[in-house]
Amino acid sequence: MTTRRSRDYRGEQAESRRLLWLRIWTVLTLALGFNYVGWRWLASINWSAWWIAVPLVLAETYSIIDLTLFSLTIWRSRQRGEPPPPLDDATVDVFITTYNEPPELVLNTLQAAITISYPHQTWVLDDGDREELRAATEQLGAGYITRGDEWHGKPRHAKAGNLNNALMQTHGEFILVLDADMVADPAILDRTLGYFADEKVALVQTPQHFINVPASDPLGSQAPLFYGPIQEGKDGWGAAFFCGSNAVLRREALMDLGITGYVAATQRTVVNRLKEARGLVWRTMRRADAASAPILTKTRDAIDHALGEIGRGEPIAEVTYELQRDLHQLSHAQVGTDLAQLASDLDELGFDQSAFNIDSDEVIARLAAIDISPLNAVEAVERTLRAIDIGRSDEAQAVLPMATISVTEDMATAMRLHARGWTSVYSNETLAEGLAPEGLSVSLTQRLRWAQGTMQVFFRENPLVVRGLTLPQRMMYLSTMWSYLSGFATVVYLLAPILFLTAGVLPVNSYAAPFFLRFLPFMVANQLLFVFASRGLPTWRGQQYTLALFPVWIKACWTAAANVWAGRPLGFAVTPKANTRATSVQWGLIGWQLAASIALIISIVVGTIWLVVGHAEPIGTLINLAWVVFDLVSMSALVGAVRYRGFDASEETP
Amino acid sequence: MSYPIDELDPDVGVIRVDGRLNMVTAGQLKDTVIEAVAAGRQRLVIDLTKATFMDSSGLGALIGALKTARAAGGDLRIAGANEQVLMVLQLSNMDRILRPYETPESAFAD
Repeated sequence: MTTRRSRDYRGEQAESRRLLWLRIWTVLTLALGFNYVGWRWLASINWSAWWIAVPLVLAETYSIIDLTLFSLTIWRSRQRGEPPPPLDDATVDVFITTYNEPPELVLNTLQAAITISYPHQTWVLDDGDREELRAATEQLGAGYITRGDEWHGKPRHAKAGNLNNALMQTHGEFILVLDADMVADPAILDRTLGYFADEKVALVQTPQHFINVPASDPLGSQAPLFYGPIQEGKDGWGAAFFCGSNAVLRREALMDLGITGYVAATQRTVVNRLKEARGLVWRTMRRADAASAPILTKTRDAIDHALGEIGRGEPIAEVTYELQRDLHQLSHAQVGTDLAQLASDLDELGFDQSAFNIDSDEVIARLAAIDISPLNAVEAVERTLRAIDIGRSDEAQAVLPMATISVTEDMATAMRLHARGWTSVYSNETLAEGLAPEGLSVSLTQRLRWAQGTMQVFFRENPLVVRGLTLPQRMMYLSTMWSYLSGFATVVYLLAPILFLTAGVLPVNSYAAPFFLRFLPFMVANQLLFVFASRGLPTWRGQQYTLALFPVWIKACWTAAANVWAGRPLGFAVTPKANTRATSVQWGLIGWQLAASIALIISIVVGTIWLVVGHAEPIGTLINLAWVVFDLVSMSALVGAVRYRGFDASEETP
Repeated sequence: MSYPIDELDPDVGVIRVDGRLNMVTAGQLKDTVIEAVAAGRQRLVIDLTKATFMDSSGLGALIGALKTARAAGGDLRIAGANEQVLMVLQLSNMDRILRPYETPESAFAD
């Protein structure tokens, strides 16, 4: 790579002027939008067809909120100028993460990484544990890291686990993360390390650009809107996202996350287990007889006491040690009581109790030991005693710097960094280029994964309630998550015109002038806002896919919800980087969209017939026909996508 | 609550203990034995085949049950103990009082 792709940055003043006009247009668009949606709620819902009228107005409300969040984002979408000069003498580890990509691909990336000009150590993080890749890597003078035995039988956490494993075996102050296909520019560190002069900066993200994508971008692989105004806007609000590759991270910040995460996880585990145990002791008390009541009461009191101490901030290790000792004493006392009773029974039976082994300390101690303690009557107590484990034995590593709560570890990690007060930078200069999937099937898998991961974070660590984020940061995370809810709105947007054209069901009171005068100016302003915000970048493909992939977004929402709340697996697949081309036209991938398109086409025919025979209201019919055509044009992107057979290098790249 | 009793012989009752014989369930065993003795059963076998675990309270309950049976002029034996139960019996030498039989059928075979 010889030329760096920086967008035409025309200086601070020009940026300020552009941003001023953009903000004026944003305010205008939102004013028109709220005027329209307000009127929809207050004066235009056709209650006699409420079953479609209410979903439609809810979908429109969803969209105006989406637009508001987008507007907030681009409000500060300022391009950064020339990066500051790199730090002197920083130590840097370059990580190339791979799972199953072909060795040639990884080695090509590795060679580029080795030639990065700033001094650094390069590592291949091979989750596929391939001997030939190890040999080739070491021959090139780079380090090779794979998982050790400690991961056996423990959750692997995919890429996050791969990175965490390597973080524990390396020492550089900064880490450049590259996906297996991301060929870096030699200047990548020189152009990013300077931002770390500010000691609060934890992350510098650069764009992800793909070289195997034709200008028409049939699969919508490039994300110019996201890697342009959206990331710049998030950056403006102090919330630039980590996108998993082409980013430099500060090790100290990651370790900070690892340590605080460890403490929080330990406390949470101990408190949860203790509460669970207390609940089970309660339940046991209700069905136990009077003889065992006193010891159960004491057990409960001991657990309550421990919970209270943890609540007061006493060190968990001490509190749990004390609890273990208390429970052991209770156990000892119970065995003593049992054996005394037994001795007196033996006496009455006429046996000489001294002939038996029931008075020795050793027997008492062994009967009171954890595995056969009378306290095990409350099964939970046994579990509690075992669960008081502050070594996080359920994980291969006690300290997990990269977040493991989501299949998109990058977003989850960035949000935690922001919540801890670290800052991030988005530098819009392409410094590494990679390969996008070349077939629709793989492309859909990848998008599903992103959407699922985002929704996992939404459900697990919702940005609206996570402590430590600023309000704008909350909005920036919410904005991305909110956009993945669009599938539900799209279903309504597809159904409403079909119902009107075929069955005459009217979701609004009227499609006449009052509707037109509010809707049309808003729609025009909205489309122009995208044009202005994107500074001439091609964003239409992205808009098409937002609508056309509605089944993917819906599936992502429910599978993520089922995963977070019911523990159901996501069925997660690693996105391959090679051999991603389709070998046949797989219409099955877009079955829902085909069904919707057929319904839309039928509605055009039926609606036109009604219009011609004079049964239908002309203005309403024309509006709905236009609406249906818009839906169809959006979904038409999939026709090119499903027939796409991969990138032909002779075709011009953008 | 009490454990089910099967009839092996006209006067041999088999008490089927299942799950854990411990602090919480010890009372249940005592009650079952008292009921069986009151109903006139002279000879009782405690079948531990399905007992998964026994602690010192469970051990005490076995001896208590023996005492109840003897006081009524009968006898009580145990059968089907698993490894953990045998360990507790051996630890306290109680196997010298209550001999663990393989099966309920063999307990009163003599």
